Amino acid sequence: MDKILPRPGDLSAPYWEACREGELKLQRCSGCNSYQFYPRRFCTGCGGRELEWVVASGNGSVASYSVVRRAISDAYTAPYLIALVDLDEGPRMMSNIIDVDVEAVSIGCKVAVDFVAWSQDVTMPVFRVLEGETAL
Amino acid sequence: MSSLRGQVAIAGAADTAVGIVPGWSPTELCVEAALSALADAGLDKGEVDGLITCNAMAEPIMYHAEAVAEYMQIFPRYCMSVNTGGGTTFSALHHAASAIVTGMADTILISMADSLRSSMTRQQAMIAQSATGHPQFEQPYGPTVPAYYALIAMAHMAEYGTTPEQFAEVAVSCRAHAARNPTAQMREPISVDDVLASRMIADPLHLLDCSLVSDGGSAVIVTSAERARDLPQPPVYLLGVGEGHSHEHISQAASLTTSAARESGQLAYAMAGLGPSDMDFAQLYDCFTPTVLVELEDLGFCDKGEGGAYLQTGVTKPGGSLPVNTHGGMLSHCHPGNPGAMFALTESVWQLRRTAGERQVPGAETALVHAQGGIMSSHTTIILGRECD
Repeated sequence: MDKILPRPGDLSAPYWEACREGELKLQRCSGCNSYQFYPRRFCTGCGGRELEWVVASGNGSVASYSVVRRAISDAYTAPYLIALVDLDEGPRMMSNIIDVDVEAVSIGCKVAVDFVAWSQDVTMPVFRVLEGETAL
Repeated sequence: MSSLRGQVAIAGAADTAVGIVPGWSPTELCVEAALSALADAGLDKGEVDGLITCNAMAEPIMYHAEAVAEYMQIFPRYCMSVNTGGGTTFSALHHAASAIVTGMADTILISMADSLRSSMTRQQAMIAQSATGHPQFEQPYGPTVPAYYALIAMAHMAEYGTTPEQFAEVAVSCRAHAARNPTAQMREPISVDDVLASRMIADPLHLLDCSLVSDGGSAVIVTSAERARDLPQPPVYLLGVGEGHSHEHISQAASLTTSAARESGQLAYAMAGLGPSDMDFAQLYDCFTPTVLVELEDLGFCDKGEGGAYLQTGVTKPGGSLPVNTHGGMLSHCHPGNPGAMFALTESVWQLRRTAGERQVPGAETALVHAQGGIMSSHTTIILGRECD
C-alpha cells in the first residue's frame, strides 16, 4: 500500500509546483489582500475572483497536534505527528511535524515549513519545531 | 413559519442484533431493522409511503434508499438517501418531520445499518472513515479519525485545562449504562484507570476513549402526531429540532473547542420552548470521549470549559441527574459507522415509553438527543417528549 498522495487540479497546481521548488505559496486576494487556504476560485472574505499566488513566510505556530500511535495504513510508520499550523499570514493548515521529540511540541510553539519528496511528482510541505522556541 | 413542534411522532422503533453480526449484509440488516420497526408500530409495509436510509460503507449503493425499497418491495412516494456522517440520523428525522408536515408523505420509515466489523477489514474501515479529510490538504498527512478528534481534545486541554482523566469519565459513564443493557456490545464495568491504562491511539485518546467498531441496524417509523395516537405504541413526540453546520474539514473550523452544537441546540430549545434543565436524560454523540464533553458545554448543560469538572460529579452516570447515553452509547453499546446515532434514538423512544427495563430513567418525560458528523462539523439536536402540549 502507498501513502495517500494528493492529486492536484488546475487550481491547486501552482501550490504543488511551488512545493516541489521548496516554497510554500498561498492565495492572496487582490481586492482585500486577505490570504486563504485551501485554494479556491474566489475569495471567501470579499467574494473577489482576482487571486494571486504569493510565497508565504513558511512560519507559523501550532494550533493543535496529536501523535498518531496507530497508523492509518501500512504505508505510514507510527508514531507520527499531525498538527494544525496557524501560518503567520493567517490561514490554518494541516501538516506533519517531523524529526521531533514529541515532548518538544506544544500548542503555541513556533514552527517553520520544510519540504519532503514523497514521490517523483509529489513534495509535501511539513513543519519543524524552531530551535530554542518555547510555547507561548 | 409554522413550527414542527408536536406535529409528528415516532410510532415504531427497533434495532437488529448489534456488535459482531457476521453473515448479514448492511442491506439485510437495514431491512431487518425496518421490518421490526414496522411490527413494533403495528403497520404493514404497504402503509409506508416515505423511506429514508443512509449509505453503508461496507456496501455502497448509488441509489441506496431505492435499493432498500426494492428489496422490501415497497413503493414510496418520498425516497431519499442521506449522508452527513454520524449526524445523518437526526438530520434524517428533521427531513422526515418536514416531509410529513408538508404532505410529501404520511408514514416515513427511517432505516440505517452497516457492517463495519464483519464486512470490512480494520484497515478498510479506518481508511473509509478517514476519507472525511480533505483529499489534497489533509488525508496525505495520515490523520486517522481518532487523530482528527484528538486535535479537538488537545486544544480543549490547552484552553481550559481539561485532563485525560476527565475525558475518561465519559467512557466510564457509558460503560456503567451499558452494564444495564443486555444488548450492549461491551458490558464489563471500567474505571478511569482502565481507560488511562489502555493503549494510546492518538494522544490524548486511548483505546477506551474511542467508540466501538460494530455491525448493526436500527429503524424508526415517523408519522403525524394525530395518526400516531391511533397506533398501538404510546407516541414519542418531536418537540424541537435544530441544525448547525460549521465546516467539513477540521482545519477549516472557526473554533476547535466550541462547536455548532451551540447553534443546533439553541434552535431546538427555542422550538421546544424548553431548556437544558428540562431534560430528564440526554443522548450525546460519543464517537470519542471529548465530543460528549464539548457537547455538554455547547448544549448548555454546563458552562464552557467546565465540561470536565461537570463529568467528574457523576451526573451523567446511571442514577445521576442527567443520565447520558442510557444504552451505553457508541463507546459501549455499538457503533456501525454512520447509523451510530440511530441507537440513541431508539433507546430514547423506549425510555420515553418507559419500557427500558433495568436502565429505565425514572419518570422520564423529556429528552435531548444530539448527533454530529464529520469532525464536529454537522450537528443536529432533537428534543423528544411523552406529551406534545
